[in-house]
Amino acid sequence: MRIPLSRRIALFTGVPLALAGLMLATGLMPRSQVKAESNYENEGGGEGQSFPPNSGNIVQKECSACHMAYPAGFLPARSWEAIMAGLKDHFGENATLDEATAKSITDFLTANAADADGRYSRVLRGLGPDDVPLRISETPWWKRRHEGEVRPSAFNDPRVGSKANCVACHRDADQGYYEDD
Amino acid sequence: MRLMIFFAVAFASVSAVAIASSPRQAILDDYAKQANTTSFSPERGRAFFEAPHTGGKPATPSCTTCHGKDPRQTGRTRAGKVIDPMPVSVNSKRFTDPKFVEKWFTRNCDTVLGRSCTAAEKGDFIAYLSSL
Repeated sequence: MRIPLSRRIALFTGVPLALAGLMLATGLMPRSQVKAESNYENEGGGEGQSFPPNSGNIVQKECSACHMAYPAGFLPARSWEAIMAGLKDHFGENATLDEATAKSITDFLTANAADADGRYSRVLRGLGPDDVPLRISETPWWKRRHEGEVRPSAFNDPRVGSKANCVACHRDADQGYYEDD
Repeated sequence: MRLMIFFAVAFASVSAVAIASSPRQAILDDYAKQANTTSFSPERGRAFFEAPHTGGKPATPSCTTCHGKDPRQTGRTRAGKVIDPMPVSVNSKRFTDPKFVEKWFTRNCDTVLGRSCTAAEKGDFIAYLSSL
């Protein structure tokens, strides 16, 4: 009536071993890069990739679920911190994330923000030190680049929907190219 | 006798794998247990999906605001991004990852209803989108 010992061992060690293997594989997965591999000197460089996307990391995955994952370099770190602290009401929607994911995303966005490492980006021009824009389209820089060039009604066109939809006009925005207008 | 036991154990293992390979059923079973029910209703799920709700955020009174009236079609987020169709028949991966499912129920129930959805509502919702 007894199951041979060897079979019992096989049965009871198989599952834990598989689990251990899985955990090991997960543990060996590369961590999402905190610093984007980007060349900010190219910023605004005409035909170049003006604002590198947050490619291949958790930011890209999570932030692109509802909208284009905007480049970290479009806002100062204080803006990203405020946005990430307010995900429960993210422009009228609940966009909450688990704590660990939210922290990884915040770390990435602040480390690559327009003012990261004391950098000064043209994105910051016209922005007071205490201004905390929550929308890229609220920055003086964004307004300068769009006002007078794009009819306000264009943003209400059903094919565009909102100012949040960069790719409606900048077809390769999600690849980091905006200088196509 | 030993052989019989071996086959019994082997059969039980295969069954366990078969059950585990239906993660959607596992999710539904969990909601059924929480809701203290044995079945979910696609009709109630449909009514819930199409209904205008109150209590949520003003721009999103219904599931259909973003997902569209016919969930077999693509939807569109308020930021203009396409939402893939919802039915299981269109995308077999729908409602198979419990963390993903809970993440979106948490977000969207708050956004549309201003509260958490009940386990019964979640089960009916999945039943509806499994019936199309």
